[in-house]
Amino acid sequence: MNPAHVSLKSEISSGLDWERIRADFPILNLKIDGKPLVYLDNAASSQMPQQVIDRLVQYQTTQHANINRAVHYLSEVATTEYHNARCKLQQFINAREDREIIFTSGTTDSINLVMHGYGRKFIKTGDEIILTTLEHHSNIVPWQMLANEKDAKIRVVPINDKGELEVDEYEKLFNERTKFVGLIHVSNALGTINPIKRMIDFAHQHGVPVLIDGAQAAPHLTVDVQALDCDFYAFSAHKLCGPTGVGILYGKAALLESMQPFKGGGDMIASVTFEKTIYNTIPHKFEAGTPPIAAAIGFGAAIDYLTAIGIESIAAYESSLLAYATERLSEMSGVKIIGTAAAKTAVISFAIDGIHPHDIGTILNQDGIAVRTGHHCAQPVMQYFNVPATSRASFAFYNKKTEIDALVAGIKTVQKVFL
Amino acid sequence: MHANSLYQEVILDHNRKPRNYGKLDHASHQAVGHNPLCGDRLDITLQLENEQINNIAFQGESCAICKASASMMTAAVKGKSRLDAETLIHEFRDLATGKLDINLPHHLGRLTVFSGIRDLPTRVKCAILPWHTLHAALNSISSASTEADNDPAQAVSSK
Repeated sequence: MNPAHVSLKSEISSGLDWERIRADFPILNLKIDGKPLVYLDNAASSQMPQQVIDRLVQYQTTQHANINRAVHYLSEVATTEYHNARCKLQQFINAREDREIIFTSGTTDSINLVMHGYGRKFIKTGDEIILTTLEHHSNIVPWQMLANEKDAKIRVVPINDKGELEVDEYEKLFNERTKFVGLIHVSNALGTINPIKRMIDFAHQHGVPVLIDGAQAAPHLTVDVQALDCDFYAFSAHKLCGPTGVGILYGKAALLESMQPFKGGGDMIASVTFEKTIYNTIPHKFEAGTPPIAAAIGFGAAIDYLTAIGIESIAAYESSLLAYATERLSEMSGVKIIGTAAAKTAVISFAIDGIHPHDIGTILNQDGIAVRTGHHCAQPVMQYFNVPATSRASFAFYNKKTEIDALVAGIKTVQKVFL
Repeated sequence: MHANSLYQEVILDHNRKPRNYGKLDHASHQAVGHNPLCGDRLDITLQLENEQINNIAFQGESCAICKASASMMTAAVKGKSRLDAETLIHEFRDLATGKLDINLPHHLGRLTVFSGIRDLPTRVKCAILPWHTLHAALNSISSASTEADNDPAQAVSSK
């Protein structure tokens, strides 16, 4: 039986026709230098299905105007559609209220909002902020900026050789000075799924709020912010088949209300005089200026698209891809998988003996294979594993097993070049 | 541009058996080069006497393109005057960025195997890093970066 038959069988058993779902993504028909595109860089950014592209075109051709301002028809339509998008996001992560969803420019912007809005108001000299070795730079650098400004201290949770957090060590870091925890849900560099529920509960026992960077989790796992009881949760649209330039920050209403605004401008105010400005209510307090209206509406369409397939089905199919890719790459001599956590999303970081990741990436590209090479904006992870960089293949539900076969063949070509 | 035409035998050979690899004990000039985008790092040490490069060595962690470029660079500038080395730095940068007309007279010789890099913009910095670092060393700048404001290449290109 050839691999195509095997994959077809498993796809039928899950009840979804993944080939047909793949056909929703026009970009996947591209040829690179005559070779079919094999897009395995989904952790950096996912591709957009025709349904979302169509929604953007529909908005731009029949619904666009500025929101929350004018009384004319288009402004009302755009305002309603933008609000609907917020409600779709609310339902997607099971937030209590739609006003707990703030549209931002993306995960980085969301984290910076929390740093400025919460951190600069509530973190004082000598306070401690807990982060982990697995954090993306976007959940490290803002807190370093704050720590420098406030003379606060950053404590770091270590990892083990599999790329899993040392949760016992995390718990030992807490003391009366601990005031904030920033925690990545899924490692972008390794795919490790962190036990965030346990870690959030522990922080709350000490009265410490927790921000979850969900950029790599929301596309692949069911996220229920009420069940998690996290205080903040952030992710970006472009990793969920939506447009770039938009993301969300979820925050508990009471916390968001207690925070100071991040950016000043239009829309975030109730009234302005030169003597005094009264800020608007949430979520508007944190959405100064004209937001990315089209992108937010596209984000809503992407949520509709993913919800129709079902995040649980996506997770199950992607873990079959991960299992197959792990098996194939583990068999290859000279190839080492970095990050072997028990719980992982479909991400494989790997090294090839004696060959630099950038050379790997350039040669794979010649076969139309797109992987990410570099430090993945997670240099502390690279330092732990003592490598300057890795190659990373990250899968989405529109990938197929034959593309993993193409990756394996591509790696063999790389090894042949450097023989 | 096919990667295969970049990964030619001469480049693979210099990657496998880099020339002048290591660190000079009594260097008169040295610099460290960084490419923060990929974490690559290169040390260059050299002995300059009467404006002539008597000896030069490099070491570091880098991709094949960067390592081969460094190896071939050290072989090319050893025994040359500072002025001739600076001319090569200038010409190599123009070659890698596609500004050099290869049909006009130049001094690059076999270094033209890197001409294909112009079609791989994400890899141009890999090839240029050793040359930035050499320029920094010759001008007593202790570190070079492919990203910094005081990018030595700016000084080169503004001449």
